[in-house]
Amino acid sequence: MHNFIYPNEIDLQWSILIVLYPFLTGLVAGAFILASLERVFRVEAVKPTYRLALLTALSFLLVAPLPLQLHLGHPERSLEMYLTPHRSSAMAMFGFVYLWYLMVVLVLEIWLDYRRDIVLLSRSSTGFLRVIYKIMTLGSDNISERALHIDERVGWVITIIGIPSAFLLHGYVGFIFGSIKANPWWSSPLMPVVFIFSAMVSGIAAVMLLYMALTKLRGFAVSVECVDAIATYLFYIFIVDFSLEMLDLIHRIYEADESFRSLDFMVHTSLWIPHVIVQILLGTLTPILLLGVTQVVKLAVPVRKRIYAIAGCLTLVGIFAMRWNVVIGGQLFSKSLLGYTTYKLQLGSREGLGTAIVLTLMPLGILYVLAKLLPPWQQHETT
Amino acid sequence: MNMNRRFFITLTGAAAVAWESVLAGAPEASPNYKVADHWWAMLIDVDKCIGCGNCVRACAAENNVPEGFFRTWVERYQVDDQHMEEPIVDSPNGGRDGFPARPGTLPASVKEFFVPKLCNHCADSPCTQVCPVGATFTTPDGVVLVDEKYCLGCRYCIQACPYGCRFIHPEKNVAQKCTLCYHRITKGLTTACCEACPTSSRMLADLKNPNDPIHEFMKKHSVQVLKPQMATGAKAFYANLDGAVR
Repeated sequence: MHNFIYPNEIDLQWSILIVLYPFLTGLVAGAFILASLERVFRVEAVKPTYRLALLTALSFLLVAPLPLQLHLGHPERSLEMYLTPHRSSAMAMFGFVYLWYLMVVLVLEIWLDYRRDIVLLSRSSTGFLRVIYKIMTLGSDNISERALHIDERVGWVITIIGIPSAFLLHGYVGFIFGSIKANPWWSSPLMPVVFIFSAMVSGIAAVMLLYMALTKLRGFAVSVECVDAIATYLFYIFIVDFSLEMLDLIHRIYEADESFRSLDFMVHTSLWIPHVIVQILLGTLTPILLLGVTQVVKLAVPVRKRIYAIAGCLTLVGIFAMRWNVVIGGQLFSKSLLGYTTYKLQLGSREGLGTAIVLTLMPLGILYVLAKLLPPWQQHETT
Repeated sequence: MNMNRRFFITLTGAAAVAWESVLAGAPEASPNYKVADHWWAMLIDVDKCIGCGNCVRACAAENNVPEGFFRTWVERYQVDDQHMEEPIVDSPNGGRDGFPARPGTLPASVKEFFVPKLCNHCADSPCTQVCPVGATFTTPDGVVLVDEKYCLGCRYCIQACPYGCRFIHPEKNVAQKCTLCYHRITKGLTTACCEACPTSSRMLADLKNPNDPIHEFMKKHSVQVLKPQMATGAKAFYANLDGAVR
């Protein structure tokens, strides 16, 4: 505690779990946008990641509500948000945005895309797996050319709906913070836009890393055209994302409203390492620079792949730091603008680091199971 | 005490009925109170506050406020005329135990005063707006309350309150704040803090009552609200409020 804070402000209200929530939904939205590049914009080069991106999005989306649920003082009442939502509350819309995205967009698109495979697997597999695949067909086992053509058309329409939905999913998370006028660190109409672009950056980086790691683990060769294309998209979207964040920063510095002195002090003290060092220098400028080098200089394939891997990891660190700095940073200063508090991250508590690590790893476990059930790999991979 | 079997059975039966009503949480009846006839507010005369902490103690006792949390508190300001934007503020234990004198004498350029704080019972309250289930609501007579049986404990309301008036009850895990002693004012009583204030620095006001002294007071004094730029329709009105107060 430093100087004066209101007496009820000593404890931070939103913990690392609330940092995790925008991080996870960001990965979902970003992964889906990458998948839609192939589906809608016909970017053939990224095809090897299409199904993996969809399964990644689903794995992370399934875990996304858990940190919120664990954070509630009364988790047993969370259903009330669906049954009696308060229409003026941004948070009350969470359930509907989430369900729309999960059921109408993601699950439906994955099902349509995999329907032929599911039907074939339900015929070829035996025992318990056969039952699982039978259930997954939902009784629809027509895989005639005409039926598959309809699947393709409907899937295309869902992807078209899915792109604005992905923007809605994560822009909405940004709105939850950006619409709080009591908090000058959050209150900004740019917040949802910054969230959308940072989501795309993190999701694309995550799928690129997963594709490279899983392909290598399976003993196949990583498609260079594919990772080159993904890295190019990542580079340009990252530049837009960084420009937006800098616009927000420059605007704050130039306008220097009543909160500026307080926030400026915070950025130069308690947020110096997570914001300036980790988020901006290590997690944004370095990967942009690394990806920029690959765009300008003709480097050997192994070098390029290594650079992509490093840039991808740093990007995820940077975007996690961005979520941290928004959520935790926004609670480190007093609304009196006269003092500061600190966040004590616990290890083993319900909202501690241990829970956060488990929740971060959980989607990878789900992805493993999904990839076993619904293999996302192309048939003509080279070793 | 001489207790026979019949008396014991009667007593346990009555106790069981009473306990059921306690468990049901039925509010005490206020048959003569009409919500449509009132629009509650609080008037605070900063010049009259002596920082005794009576209000904080009375509130804590009346409402079982948990240790370390505050439905009302008092802040001490020291403002140097050379540094208006950097006042020195403190509120040890919310001002509950009064304020220890600061060492030395105040320089001539510094003024010192006390500012009682509580929920502003905003007409357009951001906390009510953001509550995902409507557990926080505004009563027809203008008091912002929390339904403890409905609150999820998501803490969005705490983030949305510009004045730092809300907290999570450490045992109940629900949001809590000043209720303007709704259980008292609906029975014709004043709030615990107003009753305990020795200088009448705090005055409960009913804006719908034409005979309420608030109308005369507002006419004769310069009255402000905290953080007017937030446009929350705050109803804690401050007389003689210094511009340095946050």
